Order: sequence, then structure tokens, then C-alpha cells
Amino acid sequence: MKKIINLTIDDQKIAVDEGTTILEAARKSGIKIPTLCYHDDLCIAGNCRICVVEQENMRTLPASCATPVAEGMVINTNSTKVRNARKFLVELLLSEHNADCTACVKNKHCELQTLAEQNHIREHTFIDLKDDKNYTIDKLSPAIIIDYSKCIRCQRCVRTCEEIQSISALSAAYKGKDMKITTFFEKPINTVVCSTCGQCVAHCPTGALTEHFYIDEVWDAINDPDKHVVVQTAPSVRVALGEEFGLKPGTIVTGKMVAALRRLGFDEVEDTDFTADLTVIEEGNELLRRLKAKLVDKDESVKLPMVTTCSPAWVKYCEHAFSDQLGHLSTCKSPMSMFGALSKTYYAEKFKIDPAKIVSIAIMPCIAKKFENNRPEMRASGYKDTDYVLTTRELAIMIKQAGIDFNSLKDSSFDSLMGVASGAGLIFGNSGGVMEAALRCAYMIVVGKDIPFEDLSITPLHGSEGEIVEMSVKFTGTKPEWSFLEGVTVNVAHANMLSNAYKIMDEIKNGTSKYHFVEIMSCPGGCIGGAGQPLPTNKAKRTARKEAIYTGEKMIEIRKSQDNPEIINIYDDYLGKPLEEKAHKLLHVPGFTPRKRY
Amino acid sequence: MATNEILIKELADQYGRKRTSLLPVLQGVADKNNFLTEEDLTTIGRELHLSGAQVFGTATFYSFLNVVPRGKYVIRVCKTISCDMKNKDDVVREIENMLKIKTGETTEDKKFTLLYTNCMGWCDKGPSMLINEMPYSDLTPDKVHGIIKQYSDTAD
Amino acid sequence: MNDGIKINRIDSIFKDYVDNKFDYLKKIMTMSNEEIIKNLTESGLKGRGGAGFPTGSKWKFAAEQSSDEKFVVCNADEGEPGTFKDKEILLKVPHKVLTGMTACSKVTGAKKGYIYLRWEYKFMKNDLQKSVDEFNEELEKMKIDFKIYIVLGAGAYVCGEESALFDSMEGMRGEPRNKPPFPTESGFMGKPTVINNVETFATSTMILSFGGVNYAKLGTDVSHGSKLFSISGDTAIPGIYELELGMTLHDFVEKFGDGDTKAVSVGGVSGALVPRKKFKDTIIGWEGVPTGGAMILFNSTRSIYRILHNYLEFFEEESCGQCTPCRIGCQQLKKGIEAVKKGEEDPSYLDTLASLSKVMNVSAKCGLGQSVMNPVLSAVNNFREELIY
Ligand SMILES: Cc1cc2nc3c(=O)[nH]c(=O)nc-3n(C[C@H](O)[C@H](O)[C@H](O)COP(=O)(O)O)c2cc1C
Ligand code: SF4
Ligand code: SF4
Ligand code: SF4
Ligand code: SF4
Ligand code: FES
Repeated sequence: MKKIINLTIDDQKIAVDEGTTILEAARKSGIKIPTLCYHDDLCIAGNCRICVVEQENMRTLPASCATPVAEGMVINTNSTKVRNARKFLVELLLSEHNADCTACVKNKHCELQTLAEQNHIREHTFIDLKDDKNYTIDKLSPAIIIDYSKCIRCQRCVRTCEEIQSISALSAAYKGKDMKITTFFEKPINTVVCSTCGQCVAHCPTGALTEHFYIDEVWDAINDPDKHVVVQTAPSVRVALGEEFGLKPGTIVTGKMVAALRRLGFDEVEDTDFTADLTVIEEGNELLRRLKAKLVDKDESVKLPMVTTCSPAWVKYCEHAFSDQLGHLSTCKSPMSMFGALSKTYYAEKFKIDPAKIVSIAIMPCIAKKFENNRPEMRASGYKDTDYVLTTRELAIMIKQAGIDFNSLKDSSFDSLMGVASGAGLIFGNSGGVMEAALRCAYMIVVGKDIPFEDLSITPLHGSEGEIVEMSVKFTGTKPEWSFLEGVTVNVAHANMLSNAYKIMDEIKNGTSKYHFVEIMSCPGGCIGGAGQPLPTNKAKRTARKEAIYTGEKMIEIRKSQDNPEIINIYDDYLGKPLEEKAHKLLHVPGFTPRKRY
Repeated sequence: MATNEILIKELADQYGRKRTSLLPVLQGVADKNNFLTEEDLTTIGRELHLSGAQVFGTATFYSFLNVVPRGKYVIRVCKTISCDMKNKDDVVREIENMLKIKTGETTEDKKFTLLYTNCMGWCDKGPSMLINEMPYSDLTPDKVHGIIKQYSDTAD
Repeated sequence: MNDGIKINRIDSIFKDYVDNKFDYLKKIMTMSNEEIIKNLTESGLKGRGGAGFPTGSKWKFAAEQSSDEKFVVCNADEGEPGTFKDKEILLKVPHKVLTGMTACSKVTGAKKGYIYLRWEYKFMKNDLQKSVDEFNEELEKMKIDFKIYIVLGAGAYVCGEESALFDSMEGMRGEPRNKPPFPTESGFMGKPTVINNVETFATSTMILSFGGVNYAKLGTDVSHGSKLFSISGDTAIPGIYELELGMTLHDFVEKFGDGDTKAVSVGGVSGALVPRKKFKDTIIGWEGVPTGGAMILFNSTRSIYRILHNYLEFFEEESCGQCTPCRIGCQQLKKGIEAVKKGEEDPSYLDTLASLSKVMNVSAKCGLGQSVMNPVLSAVNNFREELIY
């Protein structure tokens, strides 16, 4: 039992557990203390000082986010002294800041701007320091833009990269007036160990860190009569996009999203879930092939566990941090890149469209996808497979730009050929989803029966955020050609956040890993917590989106990827067998790119 | 092999491959060259299992760990109040004239760098300066002339 | 009003009262932990690093913590402009510091002690290391399970702040931590740690040798004993003096000034800049202006603008830069007084700057940002014309 502490905040008597901070205690009693460097996902920094409060009998104003409650404490969150300090602090931040709000992506979504508004800032009390600062903008990464003139040095990004991703591509550097957030030797972010996961972007309170926007390029393609613009949408976009239009987190807006895309002028609206199904089949088969090579043929060059590669930030991280372990990576492309390759081959052939005229767009929850589509490995079609990647947020911007009243749109459905998906494809949006879907598929191949879980739902795999979830599946009653797997227990695990990936890979590297198959997603909770999703990000929203995915899955009749008629079609008609010929060429990467850790 | 790789490995062996060793290892390298190169920081990061940005961010925090090239002798003249009052400007001017550089610069032969530093604990004997780690106090233009001359005259 | 103690030179720190430098240690090791704490408490000793926390209580708090590991740290970062006494102690009587640290280890149960030596004092590291080695040998001979190490800083004033100092020892940027928890609960490596100033440890040794009650006979009711003063600026006799606490600034200036003293920075750049008209009413001690011992004297030829500008430049460079009020506030204060001087801002802007310094005083994360107010308010309130014209 924790000790109960009694205190008074703004004349309210409050009892909370020992160890609670003043900020948490205040929130529990409905008192809102403004914050800036604080973020629910991160450890406490206490450096912005915006959350200061007055404590009776104390000379200084403690930072409420960083101060634990104490028995008998009397706190005032709204005294003249507090308001005065807060206002000065915001004014100070603004004096170092390029507050060009109307030309800023974060306009109306910015925590600094909100503070300025709440504190009734009406003049520039202090001298403008911007000109002394030599602020620069780093636009060289295809995924992330850093505008140092908008950075308030709260170090949320630093904590994100360290605590969530264990990468520390960003750090505070120098001290005093010169203190700034930067990379190794102040290099452009695209030349350092950054995975491009974008979690720092999702946790940045201002416009300092943003995704690299491609909205204008997409409009140009749409408006070009010579171009045929195909768009795909990732599973987790449809459970989050609604938030941008005031809907509750977890609202499923698939139909409205498709309708909006049509209204925006895309020529063809298809579903990434379709290629997710394809990934399931390719990956399931790849796993079985590796198991056979290892167990039967004793081929030492084949690496187990096999690790999924749907998450591009994870792949890039692995290339940096474990460049000697790349053999563990599945060669399957991500669903997005499979789609991209097929859009300029299969799709082009079927509809007799010159692939050179096709512009392939992907709407993704992810910022790293903007790096992935620019990889040289993703040109199997002979063209850039996926031309532009937009985040969920960018799609929302386009919808707003076009003046579409999203909430009143009538539902529309995906086009066919690559628009039908099974439930297995949808659950890719959640951490553990790829693994679950691939296991269903592999089990069916090996045993010829559905995996023995109620409703095919491998609930032990519905792991939550930040955990490494493990499970074992035993094959019994195998078909003759898979008899070498009879009685074999396959150990699988999935994890989200690269800090967990590090733990798993460290074991693999040391040879102590017991797994056969591992799924890794870079972002908290998987793609539903991707850095391209509506902001601000927090656990409650991510949980709502996750639940929406599993609810959505239950509504889809086709539960297994191999039952998807369009999938059956594409193999019969075009690809041939999984892992072979065309499938090999279009759906798998030729290899990975070892990168420098430093 | 990178220039300081052996040194860095030795330092890491001596202090241990952990975060708490970062300052001693950085100092060990800086002792030899007066500054740290990109390559040095990279090697240190690898040996101590830290990211490049962490090493860079830590090194740049400290005034005596420099990540830009410095001369063989780094002259740091105290600019804080007590030394300032005792005419540190005259001393600095004398050094600048002798070495033909401005504060913040390094001589062409890479022998001297002239910098300012904050209070170094010789306030009663100002103006004062450090040449590498050696303190000199009660400086006058004449006195500093003699000191710099001695350093200039020593063979490399 | 206390008339003040007259200027009274004491010689407890630099003079040895024993034949063998290990005699202090031998005597103290015969005392019980309770006796040690009792003597320190009775002596009224407050930390000599500037913050003035009662040393006896600090050791007692750390002793009461249960932990597998505890540490004793000696703060030899001496970065406050105008201070140079710790250097002298470590050069002349290091064994008194080492003995004090050992006494602390006995009380708290710490097995390791560290001296965090600022980089600027690297020139004496080898000599200090010899003293430490010799001392460690003696500890081993006496079967005392305590060992002392030297850790070298790398140039950052803020690392004198205790929690920043721990960060620095842990290989990180010296960014002060949130408090609570305080070091006696969670210090170096998150373990209970006693951190004291060099002089505090040396003084503890002398208190435990002479007896706490005797020590407390010196000084006033609030500021007991004597302490070292580092005196510089416009004085004919700069240097280090051990003086009984509680004298008035007037008497001090009579003795050390050059006859034309217009202001004194009591406590270095982060202390108050006391003007002549307040010398008589200002007692040097916790009841008046507290100080870590830095006394910088200014005569009437000095420009207060130039002095304050020098201070603010120091602060804007030496702030760790993590927290808003201090990082930006220091820059604004410096820019602000420049602008007023140049006539770019109205003289009334000085009042805005004064308010800013007050906000920094209550909202900054550590003592650095909090104390910038001291010289700023002194200058704005007492030397306004000098800042304008
Ligand atoms: C910015 C700043 C710098 C400090 N520098 C020193 C220092 O150089 N030496 C020191 O002993 N204490 C310094 N202190 C005080 C320490 O934080 C701490 O209070 C002291 O070491 C405790 O020892 P004491 O109780 O013996 O004084 C500094 C505090 C601040 C806020
Ligand atoms: S970051 Fe915020 S305050 Fe700054 S320009 Fe953008 S919207 Fe305005
Ligand atoms: S994108 Fe991800 S890896 Fe890159 S700096 Fe941001 S958090 Fe770190
Ligand atoms: S980039 Fe954003 S998150 Fe990082 S310190 Fe600056 S404002 Fe904070
Ligand atoms: S007050 Fe200054 S030195 Fe202290 S934590 Fe804040 S920025 Fe750093
Ligand atoms: S939110 Fe508490 S200090 Fe920033």
C-alpha cells in the first residue's frame, strides 16, 4: 500500500498517493496547469518552467511537473506571482523564437502558440534575439525537416529518441546562450544514425520538427491530365484520420476517407491492406522456407529468427546498429512498397496504362515511409515504385484545402483489383498484427487447419505498448510435406519501440535468442502510434485506435489472407508462386544496405 | 587505423566502457592534441557504447573540451571581473600583436591559439592566464611578452 | 542591530596544530559517530560553498539513509568569480580536507570519496594525487574502509552546483537536476551522497579537533565561527584571509579598501553588489549578506555598467542553458542594459529588467539562474544613473 498524502491545491483538499507530482495531483482534481517540456510518454525534464506554481512558505516557485507532493502542502496555481512568472517565461521563449505563425505548419496546433494565447501575450516585452542566433533549416532528409528557429529547447525530442528509440540521434549541445538541440557534429539529420521514425516530430510541441511535406507534388500530379494517380491507404490511417475532423479517437472512417480521396481527384483508390495480405503470404512462406532450410537441410547461412521488415524505421535502424545481422531480416518488402511495385506492373498491365504515366501515392501513418519510398531498392518496377508518401496529417490538410466537409461525406468503397483485404491485412496497423497474420497463414499451410484460437484471434499477441510479447505455437497434425515440423514449437515475439528492438537484437547477436520469428514495429503501439498520425500523441488515443482496428477486423468476413479472392487472383494471374519469379522480383528486396553507426 | 584509436582503446580499458568514463576518456584524448576530432568522438562513442550525438553534446558542454582545431599551446586569458579590472585588455593586445592573431584564432603554424576564459581562481593576482594547464598570474604586457617568447622558442 | 564583530583574523585553516598530519585523523577516528555529529551541530557550521546548509544535519541525513552504497564528494569546482580559497587549501593543507571527508565517511558509511577538481586547477593535480595516495595508504594501515579519488572537471561553472556536479561525474552534460530528491537521498549514481565544499571539510576537521562548542564561541548567533575570505579588486592587500564571521561591511572596507571603495560584491558575481551607503548596515554573514567568501572591491573609478555587463556575460556563457528563465533571461538582461546604455530602450526598461531578474529568482531551476537577480537589483536600485548615462 502506498502512503496517502494530503494537500491543498487552489483551496481544494486533495488526497493522493505518495510520489504523485503536484501536476498529476492537480489534473486529478480538474485543475489544469499549463506545461511545455512535459509529455506523458517521457521522463520528467523540468526545464521549461512553465508549470511553476506557488507553494506556501516557499521563496521559489516549484515546477509542478517535477515536484512530488508532500503532506500538508498548500499550492496556488493561479496567484499573481505565478501568472506573472508564466507570462515572462512565454515572452522569453518568444524572444528566442521565429514566431511566424501564419507560415508555420503548427499554426493552431502548437503548444507554444497556445501558451501565448492563454497568457494574453499582446506585445514584445523583450528584445528580439533571433538575429544573433544563426538559425538554420535542415531540409535534406526526405522524411524530416528541422527548423532550428522554432526550437524552444524543451528536449522532448532528445528524450524521445533516447527513451523510446534508444538511438540518441539528437542531443543538447553547447551550453548557456549557445545551448541548442542538434545531431552529431551538427550534421544534417539524413547523414546520422536517425532511423527517420519521426517520433521526435510527434513529440515536438512546436514547428521545429516536422515531416517533409509532399502535398504540392501530389496536387501537381492530380492536376496533370497526363498522369494517372493511384493512391493506397495504410490500415491505421482509417482509424485515426477522423480525429483531424473532430471525431473521437478510434472512430473508423474508411468509407469517408475513400470518398474524400475520390473527391480530391485521385484516379484510383486502392487499399494497402491488400498488399498486407500479400505480405502475410510471402512472409509466412519465407518463414517456412527458412525453418526447413535450418531444420532439415541444416543450412547455416539461413538465419533465424526471421525478423519482419514492414517498419522502415526499424529496417534503417537495424542497418545502422546491427549491420552485421542483416541476414535475420525478412526480404519481404513492406505492404506499401509491394503495392508501389505492383501499381506500375500488375495494375498497369491489367488496365493497359503506361507505367511511366502512373503516379503512385501512399497515405501512411508513418514518417519513415518517406525515407523508404526513396530507397534505391524500391525501384523493382523500373520506376520509382511509390512516388510520394503523405502522412495522415497531410491527407487531412489536403481535404481541408479542398474545402471538403469530411464528416458529411457519403461512404465510398475501394476500387477493385487491389482493394479487397482480409482482416489479417487490417491488423497490420497494430503492434503484433503482422506476426498474428503470418502465423495464421503458416499454420494453415502446415497443418491445413485454422490456428486453434477462438475466432482466429491470437489474443496473447495483442500486446500493449512498449512490451516485448512472446508466445509459442506447436504444430500438430502436420500435412505430409511439412512433417518435419510435427511437434515442433515455434517461438515468436513481437515488440514495438526501437528500445525493445535493441534488446531483442542484442540477444540475437549474442546467440542467446530463443525465437524463430520476431515482429518489430518502431512506434509506440505500432503504426496506430505512427509519427504521421494526428497530434498530439498520447496513450489514450493510441489505445482507442488499437481497439478500433480489432473491432474493424471482426467486421470483415474474410479472416485469412489466403482466402482473399484478389490475392488468389494475383498469384494465379500474375505472380505465380510465393517467393518465386515475379513475386520474388517485385515483392522482395534484393538486399539491405549496411550503414554506419557513427 | 584511426589516429587515436589505440589511445582511446587504452583509455577505455583503463576507465571502463561505461558512461561515467566519458569525461576522463575525452580528457585523455584532449590532453594529447588539445582538441577532439570527429573521428575521435566516433571512436569514443563506439568504445563506450554511446551515440555520436551524446558524445558531441557532452563534449561541447565543457569549455576545455574543444571540437574545433586548436594550436599546440592554448592560451586562455581570464576575462572575468577582477582580471578585467587589472587591465587584461593590455595583456591580450600584447599577445595578439606578438602572435598576429585575434582572440579566438590559431596561428598559421598551429602553435598557438588565443582564447578568453572565465574566472580561473587567480583573482588576487590578476591579470592571469593559462597556457594549456599552466597558470600565469600578475601579468603585464612585458611579462607576458617574455612568457610567450619562451614558448615560441621551444622546438616542436 | 548587531554592532558587528570587529575585524578579527583567525588562523585555524592554514596552520597545523599537530606534529603529524595524520594526528587529526587518529583523534577523530576515536570519536563515536554521535560525538562527531554532536560536535558539528554544536559548532553551528554552515556549508562554506555558499548555500549555507548546516553541515551536521547534512551528514546526519545521509547517515540515516539505508543504501548498499553511499558516497562522499568534495566540491573543489571553485568557479565563483572572486573565489580562490579552495585552491589554497588544497595546495597547503590537503590532509585537513581528506580528514574531513574520512570523518564524513565514518558517520555515513560511505566507502568511496571523490574530489571534483576544476580543470583550471589541473596544474596541481599531480601534487594533490600524491597527498591523496599517501592518505589512502594511511587509511589502509589504519584499516579504515574508505578510499579517495580525484575526478577532474572539464570547464563549466555550473558543475559547482551539486547535482550538475554529479551529472558531470557520471559522464553527462552538467545540467542541474530537479530537487527533491536532495543529494543525501539521491546523489552520485542515485545513491545517498554528502557533498561539501573544500573549506567545509577542512573546517570540520578543525571543529572535531577543537570541539564544536569552542568553535561556536566565534562569530554571531547566526553565523558561527570563522571563514576564509578571498579578497580582490581595488585593494592594496588582495589575498586570502580567515576572519571571524559577523563583521560589518564598513569595518571590512576600512581594513581592506583603498579609501575610495564605492561598492563591494559580496559573494562574487552571484552575490549582492553592496553600495557604499549600505556598508554600515550590512553584516557579513547569514543575517546580512551571505557569502562563500568572495569579496570584490570597487573604487569610484569603476563603471558599474561595465561591472554588471561583465557579470551578465559570465552568466549567459556559464548557464547550463537548459531552463527558460536562465538561458534566455541572462541574454535579455545583457542585451537590455546595452540597449538602455545606447539609448535604444527607454531608461524605464531597467524596471522591466529588474522584474525579469525577480522572475528568474523564483522560477529558475537552480541557484545559478536564481542568483542573477542579486547583482542586477543592486545595480538597478543603487546605480541607476550609471546604467543610463
Ligand atoms: C551555480 C552554482 C555554482 C556553485 N559552485 C560551487 C563551487 O564551486 N563550490 C562549492 O563548494 N559549492 C558550489 N555551489 C554550491 C553547491 O551546490 C553546494 O551547495 C555545496 O557544494 C555544498 O557544500 P557546503 O554545504 O559545504 O557549502 C554552487 C552552487 C551553484 C548554484
Ligand atoms: S512553432 Fe508555434 S509559435 Fe512558432 S511559429 Fe509555429 S505555430 Fe507559431
Ligand atoms: S526520427 Fe526517430 S530516430 Fe530520428 S531523431 Fe527522431 S526520434 Fe530519433
Ligand atoms: S526540436 Fe522540438 S522537441 Fe526538440 S527541443 Fe526543439 S522544440 Fe523541443
Ligand atoms: S538556472 Fe541556469 S544553470 Fe540552473 S538549470 Fe537553469 S539554465 Fe541551468
Ligand atoms: S512542464 Fe514542468 S518544467 Fe516544463
